[in-house]
Amino acid sequence: MFSMPFFVVLPLFGAFLITFLNSVVSNKKIRYFLNDFFAVLFTGVLFALSFFTIGKKGVYYIGGWVPPFGINFVLDGLSSLMLVVINLISFCATVFSIDYMKQYTAKRYYYALFLLMVAGMNGVVLTGDFFNLFVFIEIASISSYALVAFGTEAEELEASFKYMVMGCLATVFILFGIAILYSKFGILNMILISKELTGGVDPLTKFAFFLLVIGFFIKAAVVPFHAWLPDAHPSAPAPVSAMLSGVLIKSLGVYALVRISFSVFSFEASLPLAYLGIISMIVGVLLALGQMDIKRLLAYHSISQIGYILLGLGIGTPLGIIGGLFHLINHSIFKSLLFLNSGAIFYRTKTRNLEEMGGLHSVMPVTGTTSLAASLSISGLPPFNGFFSKLIIILACVEAQHYVFAIWAIVGSILTLASFTKVQKFAFYGENKNWRNIKEVPFFMCFAMVFLALLCLLTSLLLLPYFKEAFLLPAQKALDIGEYIGLLK
Amino acid sequence: MDELKTKRDGMSEIVKTVCLWVESFIFLFGIYIVFFGHLTPGGGFAGGVIIAGGFILIMLSFGRERVETFLPHRRITLLESTGAILFVLGSLFGLFWGDKFFTNLIQKKFGSLEFKLLSAGQIPLYNIAIAMKVMAGIFLVFWVLSITRVVLEKNGLKMVKKK
Repeated sequence: MFSMPFFVVLPLFGAFLITFLNSVVSNKKIRYFLNDFFAVLFTGVLFALSFFTIGKKGVYYIGGWVPPFGINFVLDGLSSLMLVVINLISFCATVFSIDYMKQYTAKRYYYALFLLMVAGMNGVVLTGDFFNLFVFIEIASISSYALVAFGTEAEELEASFKYMVMGCLATVFILFGIAILYSKFGILNMILISKELTGGVDPLTKFAFFLLVIGFFIKAAVVPFHAWLPDAHPSAPAPVSAMLSGVLIKSLGVYALVRISFSVFSFEASLPLAYLGIISMIVGVLLALGQMDIKRLLAYHSISQIGYILLGLGIGTPLGIIGGLFHLINHSIFKSLLFLNSGAIFYRTKTRNLEEMGGLHSVMPVTGTTSLAASLSISGLPPFNGFFSKLIIILACVEAQHYVFAIWAIVGSILTLASFTKVQKFAFYGENKNWRNIKEVPFFMCFAMVFLALLCLLTSLLLLPYFKEAFLLPAQKALDIGEYIGLLK
Repeated sequence: MDELKTKRDGMSEIVKTVCLWVESFIFLFGIYIVFFGHLTPGGGFAGGVIIAGGFILIMLSFGRERVETFLPHRRITLLESTGAILFVLGSLFGLFWGDKFFTNLIQKKFGSLEFKLLSAGQIPLYNIAIAMKVMAGIFLVFWVLSITRVVLEKNGLKMVKKK
């Protein structure tokens, strides 16, 4: 279990090291090289380390202090799945940033904030302590507020402010929930509180649960609480949008929600989650259909796809949970790829408006092909990964005899296909009017996009029995009742 | 010192005189809070804020240029990142030479150190690192506020650097 604190310490250390080197090294070229080098090194090492967590379980006492006195980290199947996803996307986004972030000044602050955000998300996924969860949520959120406003144009500052107000509201709800739980039980350890709750839940604890869930719904941008997302995600630089849509709303929102409701509160009647999932799924995709700004369209699709994940988790059968978690992995891969594609288009054409694009496939073949793969994947066409996860979710609906849910999921998928047909038609096919003289984007940007596009195909293999037993089933089993309490001997 | 007091920068001569009297006590109090953080109320954060407050007081009364002579921007960012790195390294030592992350190595190696200088093991060292970070951070926030202003341009408000 040596590697558990590394997921929080290494990105923190990297962030501080980059700012330290920038105030020590005076040569500009060496400084720029060191920034890129250390950012890629740290995220790459974290990505490699995350594979060592697969199949492991355990509790790590920080400083050797046993609960309820100290803070502990808890690793189980669900955490290791989230760790792999977070560090995969952060690695790809960092590689993409090497060339992309040259348009902005102050790359060092970008990398420092980016690594802080990664540290916060890894912490949220690993922690086993309520207040520590709150602290890591704040670390990840505050660095993301700054990253959304990184361009410092009026529109970006406005989006960041809106995001900050909604995010602070969410953290206030979470903090109040935690305060009520602490006043009730006198401990903050999640496993011990879960043990206390096995006897039954009184109204005050229910109220605390309600507050926590509302906070995580805002973080996950589920439909009644989604207003900040379509502003915040498009305003950020493209690799940051990829991180926000790809993993931030999942680790701070969906993961925390699932961990609290399934593991700590042993919450069984989860159909309200499925209803909210369906509402987000349909409302998100309907709002996306009319957008002409490519990044805004993608942001609305994030709301819609989060709906699929919640639908799968809300059905609550083992098959549904596997479908939801599998869709979580797939969505983070193809949605971050789509955001990187939009960044590649912006890098060459300086526009986000679909009407001004056209015929880009002939001049930017790598961007065009990877974007086609991601579009097919999100619309759920075989043999891409999106098809299999949506199929599992729909099968789980049918198996649990919720036929109406299954119909809505299919309707949402068809509308998604319609909306991405529009993206492909406007941006990559059609007549090339203005953009005959542009070139393909630089190597590192292509590398990140091709890597993610290959993963769009390869993650379908996770359903093969060998990979499924190693990766998806432990994550599903971690949500069984009694499994979380059993971790602390 | 008299020429400093009569310079036009900053506030009036009365404020400057009082500031010269109290500033050393403010720094001393801040350092006391940091060094005794493990025994008395306070610690790295509170002490760091007090020390930063001392610098801010000098900045308010004598003007920005006076502080920039001994704390230029580059030095203060260096101080901030050094504090953070020292804290992380201190906690990593516990992982490599102890058995757990954040192990109190000094206490582990030398047993209990009651009535000695490092009676709380590594905690005073952590406090010093935090104080460096917090002092530089709070001071930087104030410094950035003092060098920028918001102006009205044709398409909205914009933040620019003061001349």
